[in-house]
Amino acid sequence: MILSVSHVTQYRYGSPVRSLVQSLRLTPSVFAGQRVIDWAISVEGASRGASFRDGAGDLVESWSLRGPAEAVVVRVEGRVETTDLNGVLQGHRETVPPEVYLRATRPTLADAAIVVLARQVADQGGEPLALAHRLSAAISEAIAYRPGVTHAHTTAAEALAQGEGVCQDHAHALIAAARVLDLPARYVSGYLFSDAEGDAHEAAHAWAEIRLPGLGWVGFDPANRCCPDARYIRLASGFDAQDAAPIRGIARGMVPGAGGESLDVTVAIQSVQQ
Amino acid sequence: MADSIFNEMYDDGRVRPPYARLEDWVRAMPAALRAMKQAEAEALFRRIGITFAVYGEGGDPDRLIPFDMFPRVFTQGEWLRLERGIKQRARALNAFLLDVYGRGEIIRAGRVPARLVYGNEAYEKAVVGFRPPRGVYSHIVGIDLVCTGPGEFFVLEDNCRTPSGVSYMLENREIMMRMFPALFREMRIEPVDGYPELLRQTLASVAPARCEDEPTVVILTPGHFNSAYYEHSFLADLMGVELVEGADLFVENGLCYMRTTEGPRRVDVIYRRIDDAFLDPLCFRPDSMLGVAGLMDVYRSGGVTIASAPGAGVADDKAIYTYVPEMIRFYLGEEPVLRNVPTWQCAKPDDCAHVLANLGDLVVKEVHGSGGYGMLVGPKSTRAQIAAFAERLRAEPGKYIAQPTLALSACPTFVAEGVAPRHVDLRPYCLVGEQTLLVPGGLTRVALSEGSLVVNSSQGGGVKDTWVLAE
Repeated sequence: MILSVSHVTQYRYGSPVRSLVQSLRLTPSVFAGQRVIDWAISVEGASRGASFRDGAGDLVESWSLRGPAEAVVVRVEGRVETTDLNGVLQGHRETVPPEVYLRATRPTLADAAIVVLARQVADQGGEPLALAHRLSAAISEAIAYRPGVTHAHTTAAEALAQGEGVCQDHAHALIAAARVLDLPARYVSGYLFSDAEGDAHEAAHAWAEIRLPGLGWVGFDPANRCCPDARYIRLASGFDAQDAAPIRGIARGMVPGAGGESLDVTVAIQSVQQ
Repeated sequence: MADSIFNEMYDDGRVRPPYARLEDWVRAMPAALRAMKQAEAEALFRRIGITFAVYGEGGDPDRLIPFDMFPRVFTQGEWLRLERGIKQRARALNAFLLDVYGRGEIIRAGRVPARLVYGNEAYEKAVVGFRPPRGVYSHIVGIDLVCTGPGEFFVLEDNCRTPSGVSYMLENREIMMRMFPALFREMRIEPVDGYPELLRQTLASVAPARCEDEPTVVILTPGHFNSAYYEHSFLADLMGVELVEGADLFVENGLCYMRTTEGPRRVDVIYRRIDDAFLDPLCFRPDSMLGVAGLMDVYRSGGVTIASAPGAGVADDKAIYTYVPEMIRFYLGEEPVLRNVPTWQCAKPDDCAHVLANLGDLVVKEVHGSGGYGMLVGPKSTRAQIAAFAERLRAEPGKYIAQPTLALSACPTFVAEGVAPRHVDLRPYCLVGEQTLLVPGGLTRVALSEGSLVVNSSQGGGVKDTWVLAE
């Protein structure tokens, strides 16, 4: 499948900012399931700085801007050819040892309820792949998809207790549950092409990867009850949503404490005929 | 117990040669003169402003740490062996760090458990695969040592991040030289005042490959409210480098700059005295106001050197400590010169059972603790204290390690009644860059209350000047 992506993120500041620094992980991962045809990142008015591929295999790019600026626009345009590998992250080059992803962070900390959920799934036995599928299904069951009820800082435990959430909550909960069973797990951010009229929120997507013996990292998307396929574009990974964020930035204001920041994101993903 | 303690001044009841001159010195010093000198020393410390707590131990930052005028003396022979052991350890710790952020050979070889390293909070995912200039992660290694008998040294812990206290080493010497110049004329004492310049050279030697001119080195401090701020500004002065805070630095075009009155100036090496978590809000704690946004990206792409390297802390964890002798054998193919204190890992059920059965004889510490807080000194504790500690240990065994109580050596120390032996430890500061260097000296901490084994300044410890005699 060839997917074309247009992703525009606009930050507007209540009062002009003096400077802005961003660290971006907005380039598709390099693995057997996806091949970049063309890809361009630009930040209006900013200059490109350090760039490198980190130990997790993500391409990191820094941008900085000297103000005064009232807005900044991050624009991503490109095309990617994707292949369905049933979620297996085949041929991905990375050096971070999997054991690193056994560490819990605040949003992925398992509480008693997550431990119970994970243990109940494990008690049914089976080999790790089947276990991971059942774990993902159990999270889908336990957390109904409902936008607007959770927020950026909602933890896996809170989302499970609430029984509702969005893809970020599903991913956090699955990561927490997998780690209970001693399976390394991580958060993945990327894009999802939906056949139907997908809104921007769905197009910018997140899911989890679980490390399985013999298979390596395998993606699971509890929000859509499937494994990532040719509709998915993988960008970056991390311990949790914050750690895997494709855009991280800090603006320093001209007037300390003045203004605020508003964010406008549009993501359009289309399937291109070959 | 007193009989079994090694007093470094004596050997079989006779004064050891390195202390001979000091014996005369003390005998010739009437109590009134001693009191006057002690007051003078304190006034000097106050005037210089050196009042911070050593090793980030907390407590009142403006409290003066007691200075004991009776120096601790090492012979050249004793020092050479210590030096060999300290440098060996600093090299092995750096080899370990480079390895665990690289191919992880020591883990593949099954010599250190993967989880202990990769599951460690101090293991930084952000620097995996990065090779810092000259392959050095820890540029200043502070190694805490204790002595239990003639030539018998044990390493208590390693400090690979930003060991503090070196300003005490320099100031203690400065003050002793001012107050007792005759001793320095008559005895051949190796100087320590070259340390700041050696530190500057060490840092300059790890400038990024892209730096073509004379490297610009800065010290990054959290600010004046930090308990070790005095040391940061003191070192910057002596090294002739700028002392900066996060707000003085910024990144642009893949490099790091410092704001100066003449415009931006490129910075090549940052000797940071702030923790990893606060270095860069884009990479670590987003709420950090102390760091520099985007610094880690510049670091990872080779635009600036950070010393110690982010992630260096994984080598000085108390659980990793047990494996340092193994690192020395694995990376250097040598036998350790300095011994580790035998350590029981309470995370292991067998070890934990042994520790619980012998709490009265052991020292139990938190794996991530420091400053002498949250520890149990078995022989000095009451039955109730031991029982309460056992509860905590059973609840979270993985949090603790235990060691035997060592018969720490004592050094003659001025006390109210005259001179009496008090327990001491030693922290030398090993520099690692193009070369591995050690100035002949270090910081001796002394437990001022009789019989106390806790030398931490937050727990009533003091400091002494440490002398190494030339041949």
